Amino acid sequence: MVKIKLTDNYPGSTLTIDGVMLSLGDDFVDVEKSLDLQQALNNGYVEIQEEKEENKVEEVKEGEEVWIFAEQRAGKFARVALELLGKARELADHQGVKVGALLLCDKDCGLSSELISRGADKVYLAESEKFKNYETLNFTKTICEIINKEKPQIVIYGATHIGRDLAPRIAQRIATGLTADCTGLNIDEDGLLIQTRPAFGGNLMAEIKCPEHKPQMSTVRPGIMKMLDKTEREGSVVKCEISLEEDDRIKVLEVIKETRKVANLEEAEIIVSGGRGVGSPENFKLIEELAKELGAEIGASRAVIDAGWVPKDHQVGQTGKTVTPKLYLACGISGAIQHRAGMQNSDTIVAINKDPNAMIFSVADYGIVGDLNKVIPALIEELKNGKTL
Amino acid sequence: MNIIVCVKQVPDTNDIKIDPVKGTLIREGVPSIINPEDNNAIEAALQIKGEGKVTVLSMGPPQAEEALREAIAMGVDEAILVSDFKFAGSDTWATANVLASAVKKLDYDLIICGRQAIDGDTAQVGPQLAENLGLPQITYVQKIEVGEGVLKVQRALEDGYEIIEGKLPVLITVVKEINNPRYPTLQGIDKAYETDIIKWTADDIEADPAKIGLKGSPTHVKKSFVPPGKGQGIKLDGPTKDIAKQLIGILKEKEIIQEF
Repeated sequence: MVKIKLTDNYPGSTLTIDGVMLSLGDDFVDVEKSLDLQQALNNGYVEIQEEKEENKVEEVKEGEEVWIFAEQRAGKFARVALELLGKARELADHQGVKVGALLLCDKDCGLSSELISRGADKVYLAESEKFKNYETLNFTKTICEIINKEKPQIVIYGATHIGRDLAPRIAQRIATGLTADCTGLNIDEDGLLIQTRPAFGGNLMAEIKCPEHKPQMSTVRPGIMKMLDKTEREGSVVKCEISLEEDDRIKVLEVIKETRKVANLEEAEIIVSGGRGVGSPENFKLIEELAKELGAEIGASRAVIDAGWVPKDHQVGQTGKTVTPKLYLACGISGAIQHRAGMQNSDTIVAINKDPNAMIFSVADYGIVGDLNKVIPALIEELKNGKTL
Repeated sequence: MNIIVCVKQVPDTNDIKIDPVKGTLIREGVPSIINPEDNNAIEAALQIKGEGKVTVLSMGPPQAEEALREAIAMGVDEAILVSDFKFAGSDTWATANVLASAVKKLDYDLIICGRQAIDGDTAQVGPQLAENLGLPQITYVQKIEVGEGVLKVQRALEDGYEIIEGKLPVLITVVKEINNPRYPTLQGIDKAYETDIIKWTADDIEADPAKIGLKGSPTHVKKSFVPPGKGQGIKLDGPTKDIAKQLIGILKEKEIIQEF
C-alpha cells in the first residue's frame, strides 16, 4: 500500500488506478501497488508520499522473519538462492517483517554483502571449513539449531539437488511440514503461507498449507521467482555458533565438475525449441541457425532428447528444465502436458506447428500453422534483412 | 548384505485423466505401475545384495499388493505391505513415520529408495525416512561400488557429481541413470504368485497414532485445480513471407528483439 496523489503533469482531472479514483487537488490516498500505478508513475502523473523514517522503523516487526537458504558451491551462489530472496522480500514486506538469509560457507567466504544487496535484511552466517562442501548431516544440524533459536515463520529453499537433500531432513528433525517444488508462494488472510505446486506432471495444481507447525517450509523450482537487481541496502550479519561433533559416517571424497558446456536454459532470455515435428537431426540445424540469429539458447522436447538429436541438458519439461524466458519459440512441438509444464510461464510464447489442433497452441500467444521448414528460413531471412537495412 | 527397498505404487502418469470441473484425478481405468525410479532401486539392490536378502516395503492401499508381486517377479526375496486406513491422507512427513516404524522391525545394512515418485515428485520421503531412523543419507545416486562395510557412490549434481563414501548402514536414493531395471522372468512370475505378501497394520508396526495419516500430517492440501490455460492466442495467417515479417515486427515492438 502506498499513498499517492495526482500531479499537475496529468492532462485530465480524474484518474482511476486499480479501482481508486483520484481527482486533481485531492490529498494523498492509499492504493495498492499495481502495474497501473507503475505506469502512472512512469508518466509522472502521480507522486508518492515519502514515508517518514521513524514510521518505517515501526512498521517492521522483530521476529517472525522470512528466511531463505542461500545455497552456494565453491563460493558461488546457486542462481535460485538469489531468486528466492526476491520472493522472500515480497512475502516479508506483506507481513511487515524482515528477510533473513541462511549462509553456511567456508571461512571468510565474503558472500554476505551480495545477499543484502539483493534483498536480505539479515544474514545468518555460519562459517567453518566443514562447510566447504555441502554435507547433509553437518548442514542439517547447524541449520536446525539456528532455526530453533531464531524461530522464523517461513524458510524457503531452492529445489536443487542440495536443497531437496537438505530441506526434508530438516523438516523431519524439527517436525514441520515441507512442500516440494513450489511454483507460487503467497500469504492468505490468516497470515499463512499458501504454497502452490504442480502435481501429476503439471496436470493439476495444488494449494498446500501448513497451519499448525512452524516454520512453514517449501522448496521452489529454479527459474520461477524473479531475482531483484542489486541495490544499496542496509543489512546486518549475525554470526551463528557452530557445534559439530566428529562424524565420519559420510565422506565427500571429491567433487567433479563436468567440463562439457551445459546449456544454460534457465538464464536464457530467448529459447528456440524443437520437437519431433522437426523431423530429423539434419533439420534440427534450422533450429540452431534460428537460435544463432536471435542470440538464443536451444531447447528441445523429450522426444528429441530420446532420439539423441541434442544432449539432455537442452530438455525442457517435467523431467527436464523449467524455463521462463522472454520469448519461447516452439517449433514442431506438439505440446504434451509434460512439455508445457516446463515452459508455460514464459513471457511470450510463439508456436509453429503443422497440426492446427496441436496442444502447444493452447499456451501460445502467437500461433503459426504451417511447415517449419518454410517458416523458419523465412524468419531467418527476415532477421538478416533487418540487419542489413 | 540385507537390503530394504521402499517402493510406491503409482498411476501411470502418461495415461492420466483429470476431471476439469472438480480438479481431481480420474483413477478409474488408469493402470498402476511400480514407480519407475523404485524399479531402479530394486535393480540396484539385486545387483549388490551378494549373500544377503532383498526386502521390498511399501505403504499403500490393499491393491498395492500387485506392485509387490511385480517386485518378486523381478527377483526380490520378500515383500511387505504396510496398509491401514489410519494411514490415509499421510503427507511425506507422516509417510516417513509409518515406513520408519516398519523398518525398525527389520534387519538391514542398506535402504534404497527411488529418488522420487512420478505422482508427487517430492523426493522427500527418502531423506525423511533416513532422518527418522538416524541414518546418514546419500541422494541422487547414479553409481554404486560396494566395499568392506562401506559404499562408494557417485551423487549427481546439476553440473557434475560428487564421489561419496558412506559407512553402512546408510539410506540412498537412486536416479534412473543408475541402471536398466530387469524384466520379470517366467520363473519369477510363477514365484510371485506362490509367495505370500507379508501384511502389517498400524498396530503391527506400533505406529504412533499422532504422527500418521491426515491428522498426523503437518501439511494439508487445501485446494486442487486444473491450471488455467492462456486462452486462445493470435493466429498469424497469410503467405509465409508475410507471417515472418509480421512476427518479427511484433517481437521488435515488444522489445524482445532489438532493432538493428
